[in-house]
Amino acid sequence: MSDPAPLHTETFPFGIVGVELGGVARQVSADEPPPLPPNAALAVIGKPVARIDARAKVTGAAIFTVDIAPPGLLQAALLRAPLPHARVRAIDTGAAARHPGVRAVLVVAGAGTILRYVGEPVAAVAATTPAAAAEALRLIRIDYAPLPFVVDLGTAQQVDSPPVYPAGQRPPLTGAEISVAHDLPMVGNVRGPARQGSRGDVARGFAEAAVTIEGAYRTQVQTHCCMEPHAIVADWRAEGLTVWMSTQFTAGVRRELAREFGLKLSQVRVKVGAMGGGFGSKSSLAPYGRIAVALSRQTGAPVRLVHTRAEEQLDTGNRPETWQRLRLGARRDGTLTAIDLLEYGTAGVGTGAGVGNFAEALYTCPNFAISQYDVFINAGRGSAMRGPGNTPGAFAMEQAIDELATRLGLDPLALRDRIDPSPVRREERRRGAARIGWEHRHPPGTDSGPVKRGIGMAQSLWGANVQTNTACEVRLLRDGSVEMLSSVQDLGTGSATILAQVVAEEFALRPADITVRIGDTDFPAGPPSYGSRTTASITPPARTAAWQVKQALFRVVAPVLGVTPALLALRDGWVMVAADPTRRLAFREAAGHLPTDQISAVAARSDDYGGFRRQMGDAASARTDLGGVHFAAVAVDTETGTIRVERVVAVQDCGRPINPRLIESQVQGGVLMGLSYALLENRVLDRPTGHVMNANLDHYKLVGPVDLPEIEVLVLENYQGCSATDAYGIAEPASIPTAPAIANAVFNATGVRLTTLPMTPSAVLAALAGRT
Amino acid sequence: MSAVLPEAQTPSQPAISRRSLISGAAATGGTLVIMSTAPEATHAAEIAAPPVLGPGALAIVLRVNDVQRPVTVEPCATLAEVLRGPLRLTGTKIACNRGACSACTVWLDGHPVASCMILAVDVGPRAVITIEGLARGGTLHPVQEAFIAHDAVQCGYCTPGMVMSCAALLDHAPHPTPAEVQQAISGHLCRCGTYNHVIAATLAAAATGRG
Repeated sequence: MSDPAPLHTETFPFGIVGVELGGVARQVSADEPPPLPPNAALAVIGKPVARIDARAKVTGAAIFTVDIAPPGLLQAALLRAPLPHARVRAIDTGAAARHPGVRAVLVVAGAGTILRYVGEPVAAVAATTPAAAAEALRLIRIDYAPLPFVVDLGTAQQVDSPPVYPAGQRPPLTGAEISVAHDLPMVGNVRGPARQGSRGDVARGFAEAAVTIEGAYRTQVQTHCCMEPHAIVADWRAEGLTVWMSTQFTAGVRRELAREFGLKLSQVRVKVGAMGGGFGSKSSLAPYGRIAVALSRQTGAPVRLVHTRAEEQLDTGNRPETWQRLRLGARRDGTLTAIDLLEYGTAGVGTGAGVGNFAEALYTCPNFAISQYDVFINAGRGSAMRGPGNTPGAFAMEQAIDELATRLGLDPLALRDRIDPSPVRREERRRGAARIGWEHRHPPGTDSGPVKRGIGMAQSLWGANVQTNTACEVRLLRDGSVEMLSSVQDLGTGSATILAQVVAEEFALRPADITVRIGDTDFPAGPPSYGSRTTASITPPARTAAWQVKQALFRVVAPVLGVTPALLALRDGWVMVAADPTRRLAFREAAGHLPTDQISAVAARSDDYGGFRRQMGDAASARTDLGGVHFAAVAVDTETGTIRVERVVAVQDCGRPINPRLIESQVQGGVLMGLSYALLENRVLDRPTGHVMNANLDHYKLVGPVDLPEIEVLVLENYQGCSATDAYGIAEPASIPTAPAIANAVFNATGVRLTTLPMTPSAVLAALAGRT
Repeated sequence: MSAVLPEAQTPSQPAISRRSLISGAAATGGTLVIMSTAPEATHAAEIAAPPVLGPGALAIVLRVNDVQRPVTVEPCATLAEVLRGPLRLTGTKIACNRGACSACTVWLDGHPVASCMILAVDVGPRAVITIEGLARGGTLHPVQEAFIAHDAVQCGYCTPGMVMSCAALLDHAPHPTPAEVQQAISGHLCRCGTYNHVIAATLAAAATGRG
């Protein structure tokens, strides 16, 4: 590594286009490219470029992990616990091992092991065909000693509830992307309270309040339902381990594998091609990954392990269930004086069932108290899921603020204008209100017929996250072709496409001219694709590397054109003297002057210009959070209880938007996942047996193509002068506010507030009848 | 629903009822009959007296994307498994494996079916078209073109099935209404949330008049 390059001052675009666009001076290193002008002045960035892998995906040519089949491939399958809580007395795998198709049997839970949920892995086999693997599982004999169990949040909190973990045993801390406090007290199944974020004196705040409101809110367990199941193909060889995995973090899985199996990083290669959806649960190696690799090591053959849909529902993670009691104190003008949040949540046998920093950070309030508890139950482990914590947190807080507005006789937008310090959300409210027709909103109960219509809104809050441990390489080859390389993965968000755009912009080429090679740890280690951090992490070094290669090209070409390198520019596929465009070389011809077959630059993510607000290990948060405001128009049939969401207007910000088409697509998905969470989804556990009652897609309800709302997406161009691209993520802020926006619209339609998710027809009818 | 067996059957093509599919006693083109040991199936066999084949693997020929593909299959293998496994046509995707999501949709004699819900041995002489067989040479089907233009693709896992249902719709109803497109994809699930773009793309493909 070289010494840090000297700093110099540059002026970057700053502000919201259409509101006030100015400049901000930042100290930047000489290694960094010059400021990028606003999108209006750019050729490729900010334009609706078509997804570069779309053709492969519409023709079936795209290769997903489940499609990988090296010669000699064995199929693995897992035997899973049929009981919610049991001790393994004895396990006999002899008959399974003698099955002619079986190549290896692995005991995961040996005699004496405690199993804590239905679906926990007990044993694994690798066989020549899936049918042989399934037959072998049926030959494994296990003697279970059943133990008392608990599968509901309320019962688990009682002192005489069966303990999920024995007294004195620390439960394993889990949750990539969810920070989990260490060393919290634990009584029975209840771990906590976690009080991080508390500030001021809420007792004094409530004493100062003219109005106090209080409500209890419940949110359900939601499962990720990635259409491609969790899948891995592991190929252990003497020279090293190659793994294909449907993962959100190739570089992280490589680190885990090296550590788990005592290998050097250089002996482990993790790859992902097309990736069939990732919403938080595909962030780590996970037990099934370790099992597949162990089976490959044991057999000396490649092993594929693909979850069935039932296994997906049981044991790949889920959004934890929560119960929140929220109290707000406010002055007559709406100014908040106190926020008090008590939360009990369950991530099954795991931790991380909190409700994030939503109530803590969204609004100005000097006094804030929070107590969050993880409650253990005998169910599959929770994990990060799109907007973890803040999604259930928003459902409570944004309804409470709506209720406060009603109590104070204030318009919900006017109240937020008073208490929300974000200029970005203020503009988002303004644009969204105009688009949804907020001025036509009428008081609850105005409609005379059985179908009541209403409009509601809710806000988003998510960190502008960055993985500082991010690198990539850009290569220019002598024939003028350009490659961009990183281990970063594209979950279907379009990461590969925006990388092509960023590199193409720097070289004044078309995105199609850039070959993007990603999803392979043989390339420089990229960021994880969780926490909405891919774009913010990888696009700045991609531009920086491209710019550095461009400077190297200029140094080669300058003598040919008879000028100094600083006088050269790239435009429309030409290298030219900036002041005299007649003196020029075609890009390909210029590359032909390279002294070697290729030149390349590897760049790492530099710190945000002006620094981060918070930095921990490999991750950091920008000084300014991401916002977002959703407006929903609903029709509630008060005779059937059906809520129909007719329109959603989603207004979002993500710094510099790199590809408005891809952003629009991802926001559509965020809104639909939020709508599905609001109205339909619910993993149901059977109390007498501890089994999941809806472990497939026929009984676990997801929003489908019928009864879709019209979704309008508006995206701000918000420049902050923070990096070489100034671009941030969109995935999570686009889903967080949908459910409370719908709930607030239902209140506006009916005058009844629904505080439990999902808002099913029976829940609506019960609320209308006053039976909440 | 797109994920159903075609109702129309040719005379030489005995109808496959849900009952016969469940019992495992479905005749396919009069050449191949698979028996299960279920009492119900035994009873059916006494009436029809078809030859008993199985329980071991069977050699069959599938007509896939206009090519005759000899393949050896277990009687219990679904069409989706055979396409993805021995035939290496991995464009067809399995997501739920029980007919609840339509990711595995292919055409049987031009009709969209969930290939996870039909046994390979029951296909018989019917023409199977998979996503790999939809484009003609290098020319994409107008629905495929429109999916690209309207960004009706995100992760792409549900996409092949979605494309097959939309393309089949345009073959049978060249100028569908938005409601008809919704109906055609009503059995499909997409977690990325591409539905609105899929509908827009299919209507746009119809407007080109080439569907």
